Amino acid sequence: MKYQTGQAVRVSARRHEGHHRTPAYVKGRRGTIARVHASFRNPETHAYGKDGLPEQRLYLVSFPQSDLWPEYRSSTTDRLYVDVFEHWLEEAE
Amino acid sequence: MSSHDHDHDHPHEPIANGDEPAAAERVRALVDLLVERGVIGREDVRRQMDWLVSRSPSDGARLVARAWVDPEFRQRLFADTRAAAFELDLDPGPSPIVVALENTESVHHMVVCTLCSCYPKALLGPPPDWYKDFPYRSRAVSEPRAVLEEFGVHLDDDVELRVVDSTADIRYLVIPQRPPGTEAMREDELAALVTRDSMIGVAIPAAPSPTIS
Repeated sequence: MKYQTGQAVRVSARRHEGHHRTPAYVKGRRGTIARVHASFRNPETHAYGKDGLPEQRLYLVSFPQSDLWPEYRSSTTDRLYVDVFEHWLEEAE
Repeated sequence: MSSHDHDHDHPHEPIANGDEPAAAERVRALVDLLVERGVIGREDVRRQMDWLVSRSPSDGARLVARAWVDPEFRQRLFADTRAAAFELDLDPGPSPIVVALENTESVHHMVVCTLCSCYPKALLGPPPDWYKDFPYRSRAVSEPRAVLEEFGVHLDDDVELRVVDSTADIRYLVIPQRPPGTEAMREDELAALVTRDSMIGVAIPAAPSPTIS
């Protein structure tokens, strides 16, 4: 696996036509690896009748809510957690 | 549903159960097409539906109640939820991996699937319609505290709210806190307090109200 728990990452901001599982609201955002899951078939090809191989590592990535939504109540430490596949992540400072 | 007083232009539709999900007609057309092309049979569809409606929140509730009374089981549940489910003879379902999320005094979890309706069906049964509809799916990530208030849950600011968006192959099950005042209750009585919504993270289980004699 490429990333470890606690590591800072950025979700790729690239556009992708067709089925993919990276929600737009975290694209380009900086987060932290909260958990390293197993590897799974890539939905971007698996959804179109192909085998989805090679499998892609899946990570649970967390973001401060106040980074995602300008109107979010800043008096909290609330966080948003999203599962993101490795090929959608980049290293971040 | 509560009103809100801030001023911006995105919709705040109430979270409600419709008569029939908007997608029902589309699903029927899709099934007809798949059957017509020989991809699946009607029998497969019926078997899947039989399996789905045979699942219910009482399965997940058994896991929660056991975790409340057995600290060692609780540890195993958070280490490997699938294996813990097998211990209680529960079927955690086929491939998607189930991960249990621990609510504490200082952390509250709430689950959503913004991209579709991923849900731990094997342990909770079919998801409620509001879970699949746009208002919950969008507002649960952007203004989760307001959504929780609508479900009757108030969180103090010093409780960290963690919204988990299950976008891929993992299914998340919230393990709520054991309500105070339930110390004398048996495991099966405790299980009856654990509601579906409390395992999605939009409700908090309560001790039974004292009976009026």
